Amino acid sequence: MITIIFYILAAITLASGLLTVLSKNPVHSAIYMIVCFFSIAGHFLMLNAQFLSVIHIIVYTGAIMILLLFTLMLMNLNEQHEPVKKVASRIAATVSACLMVVLLLGAFLKATPTIEAYKAAEIDFQSVKVIGDVILNEYLVPFEFTSVLLIAAMIGAVLVSKRENKA
Amino acid sequence: MHDILEQVGINNYIYLSALLFCVGVLGMLYRRSTIVMLMSVELMLAAANMLLAVFSVYHQDASAQVFVIFSMAVAAAEVAVGLAILVAIFRNIGSIDIDNLKNLKG
Amino acid sequence: METGLILLLLIFPLAGFLINLFVGKKLGKTLPGLIATAAVTGSFVITLIYFIKIVSTGQAIHVHLFEWVSFSDFKANFELVLDQLSLIWLMFVTGIGALIHLYSIGYMKGDENIDRFFSYLNLFIFFMIILVTANNLAIMFIGWEGVGLCSYLLIGFWYKNHKFNDAAKKAFIMNRIGDLGFLTGVFTLGYIFKTIDFDSLKLAVTTTSNLEVSGLLGLGTLCLFIGAMGKSAQIPLYTWLPDAMAGPTPVSALIHAATMVTAGIFMITRLNFIFNLTPDVQLFIAIIGAVTALFAASIGIFQTDIKKVLAYSTVSQLGLMFLAIGLGAYHVAVFHVITHAFFKACLFLGSGSVIHAMGGEQDMRKMGGLRKVLPITFATFFISTLSISGIPPFAGFFSKDEIMVVAFENNIGLWVLAALASLMTAFYMFRALFLTFNKGFRGTEEQKHHLHESPFVMTLPLIILAVLATIGGLISLPFGYSWLNEYLSPILVAGVPAEHGATSHQFMLIGISVLIALIGLAIAYYQYIVKSVVPEEDDKITGFAKVAYNKYYIDEIYDTLFVKPFYVLANFFKNIVENIMNAIVFGFGYLIAALSIPLRAIQNGSIGLYLFFFVIGFCSIVAYLFFV
Repeated sequence: MITIIFYILAAITLASGLLTVLSKNPVHSAIYMIVCFFSIAGHFLMLNAQFLSVIHIIVYTGAIMILLLFTLMLMNLNEQHEPVKKVASRIAATVSACLMVVLLLGAFLKATPTIEAYKAAEIDFQSVKVIGDVILNEYLVPFEFTSVLLIAAMIGAVLVSKRENKA
Repeated sequence: MHDILEQVGINNYIYLSALLFCVGVLGMLYRRSTIVMLMSVELMLAAANMLLAVFSVYHQDASAQVFVIFSMAVAAAEVAVGLAILVAIFRNIGSIDIDNLKNLKG
Repeated sequence: METGLILLLLIFPLAGFLINLFVGKKLGKTLPGLIATAAVTGSFVITLIYFIKIVSTGQAIHVHLFEWVSFSDFKANFELVLDQLSLIWLMFVTGIGALIHLYSIGYMKGDENIDRFFSYLNLFIFFMIILVTANNLAIMFIGWEGVGLCSYLLIGFWYKNHKFNDAAKKAFIMNRIGDLGFLTGVFTLGYIFKTIDFDSLKLAVTTTSNLEVSGLLGLGTLCLFIGAMGKSAQIPLYTWLPDAMAGPTPVSALIHAATMVTAGIFMITRLNFIFNLTPDVQLFIAIIGAVTALFAASIGIFQTDIKKVLAYSTVSQLGLMFLAIGLGAYHVAVFHVITHAFFKACLFLGSGSVIHAMGGEQDMRKMGGLRKVLPITFATFFISTLSISGIPPFAGFFSKDEIMVVAFENNIGLWVLAALASLMTAFYMFRALFLTFNKGFRGTEEQKHHLHESPFVMTLPLIILAVLATIGGLISLPFGYSWLNEYLSPILVAGVPAEHGATSHQFMLIGISVLIALIGLAIAYYQYIVKSVVPEEDDKITGFAKVAYNKYYIDEIYDTLFVKPFYVLANFFKNIVENIMNAIVFGFGYLIAALSIPLRAIQNGSIGLYLFFFVIGFCSIVAYLFFV
């Protein structure tokens, strides 16, 4: 049962990812991407990582995608059909991506024997409570620096996108 | 659902995220619209995040999930700045086509 | 207290140098000279204090300043030592130095760069003090190079004259050759004995009897002697000294007659215990000294420039000193250094006085009859001439006679050379005296009008030096009544050979010496007083005289042997090797530039292409890591 759900989810993830990449209209791309991210959140949920799952939906689908869509609308790119790349470069892109797939999968297959059999232990390690504990104890300083990073990014974004003063 | 890895197997998760990553790479190489390329980058990041979460479960250690959270924060920052840059570029040259951005020519 | 006082010895001239260097221009025309003279006089007073102390106690004073070089088992401290040898040198360096400073006030009056002149003189005294008070060879080398530098600066003091600059460069380069020898010698000694400290060297020499090193030791002493050759103007490195007369006359007196050129003798005397171990090198030194004495004297006979005569006489006298050193009679060499410093400084200053009166004219053919106008100069010059010619009872007689005795007892052949040199010395010195001061004046009317006795600041040093040139011999009387020999005995390891009283051959030698001097005097008198011969103009000189007048064409020979081939070599490097090197170096540049053109095409600014290559690169890394 779970295996079947996993395969369905995985199919959705890959299919929506491919559609994101391949659809002509950037707005469609964004929408497929939302689907993709929801499916990834589903994966997280299946792994019992509830906190991550929720955070993922909030950050990606809630914040990042809205930002992307907003920008697309702002630039009025939804109707614009980007000129297609040259055939040669499209073939090259596809070939190299496939090459990468082959290589990565090959590498992982070759590495399989080193993965030992998994045995689940009955301890709680990823409930929200535990994660909160880890973040605020063990990773407090990086956590605080993350906030600094976000502030810096915010200021940077504002500065960069600000209309330049003609004077 | 603790035993999901026992049933599905960690291998499948690894293949999934590798494939998803490659989809992102394909998008980077295939598209000319900078904004879609940015989305492809997000896809790759999500693939990496997923792998981190899987290994977190595999090792039964919460640290990896904390890293996922940090990585999401970085992704958010990156998107914000990246989009700001795109807006600036669009405002200046009226296009975000990657082939028009050739100022790096040496 | 002790350290402070000794440091003051160094600080006085250094301070004088710095003051005159930096604020000299603002001090006007007379103050720099006074400051410099006071500085050197201060050093002289301190020297005098310690000299009196050491005469009464006989104890050398060591002043440890700091550890200078230290690695593994090699160590060199910065230490000053005031022992018998360094103090006697300091006595005449600072003493004569002070007198010459005083003289310079008068001589250099009106020169626009008088402050620079005095700062250099002070610097010279400073380095000379370092040289003689050094406790190891490295510090001595500092002084050695420092005095060389000052010599260069002062020879080329009138830098607007190109010939003077060339003379300065010549002196510097000639000395470089000697310095290379000196350094090689220092390194060799350091290699053999693992120390360059004089005291430790002495200890090492007396305690080890390792004969295996003697070959290397011979090389070391030979190299050190080459250093002495350069500094003390011996064959074949002597040609710079006559040219060095381009400098102001007080400089010639101080540096190129009395003090710096005796540094070579000082160094060898300092290391006498090492030179004693290599008799072959000693013999070599003696031969070089004797040949130089004769050779330079024969050139001196035909010179017409009054300072050139004195310069060759200096070379010749230095040769006699090296003869004595080579024969192991260090105390005799030191004695002659002292008396020579007195009479030669006096002669140079006297010639300076004459030149001053003549308004810069140095050619003796244009002088004559100056006795009446320059009575003090004449008197002092006369006394010094008697002294250098070896006529008793003047100082030069005693020291020269001792050299003769030593030479006679060791090697008759060398004695003959030295005796001939003495004969020539007496001749050309009286020739210079007669040509300059006797008979009628041969210069222009204008010069005749201008003739005057020098001011008191110039004649006072002359008088003092003349007195010293007269009585200086008293410090080392023959027949075992020598104060100097006793004084120096702690320094000389082999000891001073006991005087065996008055023997018949000693009396005979004294007689011969005096006779030689008198013969020289007589010939000169006959030639220049009775026959009133005046040397001919340059283009009329013929035969051997012409060869000697042109210094045996040694400069030309050196020019052909060393300078010309060097130019050829330099031109070869400049025109051929450099072009090849250029071609190679620029060729690489062009090659890279050519190769970069296709590579530059890749850098076309297309981000897509960059990404593509990025992915390919990533793939190859993964492939390499997992599948190779």
